[in-house]
Amino acid sequence: MMYGFTWDTATPLTYAWSILPIILIGLTVTLKAAAAGFAIALVLGLVFAMLRRSRFRSVSWTTACVVEFLRDTPLLVQLFFLYYVLPEYGVTLPAFLTGALALGLQYSAYTSEVYRGGIEAVPRGQWEAATALNLTRMQTYRDIVVPQIVPRILPAMGNYMVAMIKETPVLSVITVLDMMALANMIGERTFEYLVPLTMVGLIFLILTLICSAGLHRLQKVLPKAGIPLR
Amino acid sequence: MQWVSYLPSLAQGALVTAWITLAAIAIGALLAFVAGIARVEGGRIVSTLALCYTELFRGTSLLVQLFWFYYALPLIGISFEPVATGILVLALHVGAYGSEIVRGALASVSVQQVEAARALNFGRWHTLVHVTLPQALIEMLPAFGNLAIETLKLSSLVSLISIADLTFRAQSIRNLTLDSAGVYTLTLVGYFAMSLVLMMVMRLIERLARRGAAFPRAAHS
Repeated sequence: MMYGFTWDTATPLTYAWSILPIILIGLTVTLKAAAAGFAIALVLGLVFAMLRRSRFRSVSWTTACVVEFLRDTPLLVQLFFLYYVLPEYGVTLPAFLTGALALGLQYSAYTSEVYRGGIEAVPRGQWEAATALNLTRMQTYRDIVVPQIVPRILPAMGNYMVAMIKETPVLSVITVLDMMALANMIGERTFEYLVPLTMVGLIFLILTLICSAGLHRLQKVLPKAGIPLR
Repeated sequence: MQWVSYLPSLAQGALVTAWITLAAIAIGALLAFVAGIARVEGGRIVSTLALCYTELFRGTSLLVQLFWFYYALPLIGISFEPVATGILVLALHVGAYGSEIVRGALASVSVQQVEAARALNFGRWHTLVHVTLPQALIEMLPAFGNLAIETLKLSSLVSLISIADLTFRAQSIRNLTLDSAGVYTLTLVGYFAMSLVLMMVMRLIERLARRGAAFPRAAHS
């Protein structure tokens, strides 16, 4: 028994059916963590991409190093770092937020590269035209660059979102009660891991298949105008 | 200078990480070629099987796969050593991603090349080994480089199935000393250094491979 749910281990099928509600609670946590993490990655990635294009050598170089470091070190260790080190400096976040932050940090390294690729694809002439029209840097980004790169970067961003959903089970090691954590808890109590873990795997498979199909459709309806898609 | 005392243990862990990563890359590359070539060249049954493998291991999370092989499989009588489980699952996982790279690169070889091979009366196997694969190989290398780094990063998850790799050692040292900042900073730097080495090796392989190409393509593709 857990959270008022009971399970029936008579046959694998009844077992699976009886623990489905618990696993689905975990699914909502998984999706929320991925959504929060991805929001952080989208914003932070853009910040990194713009800092990287800074006119000051020191700023762009430091940003490049930070991004490279975030990208080349494991999410799990970054997660432990945030989880154990932040409280030492007085920042105590709930495990869920720490997890979302770690996901966001790691993926901001990836998204910043996507933004950078998109920004660099804007033809030089447009930047010069923006300068000629006396637009500020902020206006250039907001009115010229971003609207044009959105259709171009959406597919890549979508891929990273799917990848992030698949990485959320790692958060279970810092006590976030996602699908994986709940499946493990059920396994510990019933000594029967096969069914819960298989269910988690199947749900991930269904989730990613749906997301890939959605992305495929998205790519078809995206406008081809503006910067041509490769 | 407390952190100096962590180094011997962390270095041992780093060796385990390196061993698991390299073994997984080697086996994973083999799986990637088998599955990727099966997708392109195989008949309907073989290519469907390869597709199922790819989707299954790309579509589910690595941690789920690890726990499944570690906790669930022994219940139906199949069990391996933890290290073998770690290497096997990691290899299956990156092999699935690699097979997409192999498939994409094989598909990107121009049709004329295949037609020319046909005109010269090359068999299918002969065409693959001597015409398409050598050209596709150069295309694959940059993507395989990224995948190698990804393997190194993902290998940290094997610490959760009780393998004493770098992350596992870091966890145990932290539990003893409670010096989180020092231990984890060292660990992150260790992984970063290993990534840089891996990256340099992959660049070197890429350069060597490109040197032998009869028709070098654009360097960045």
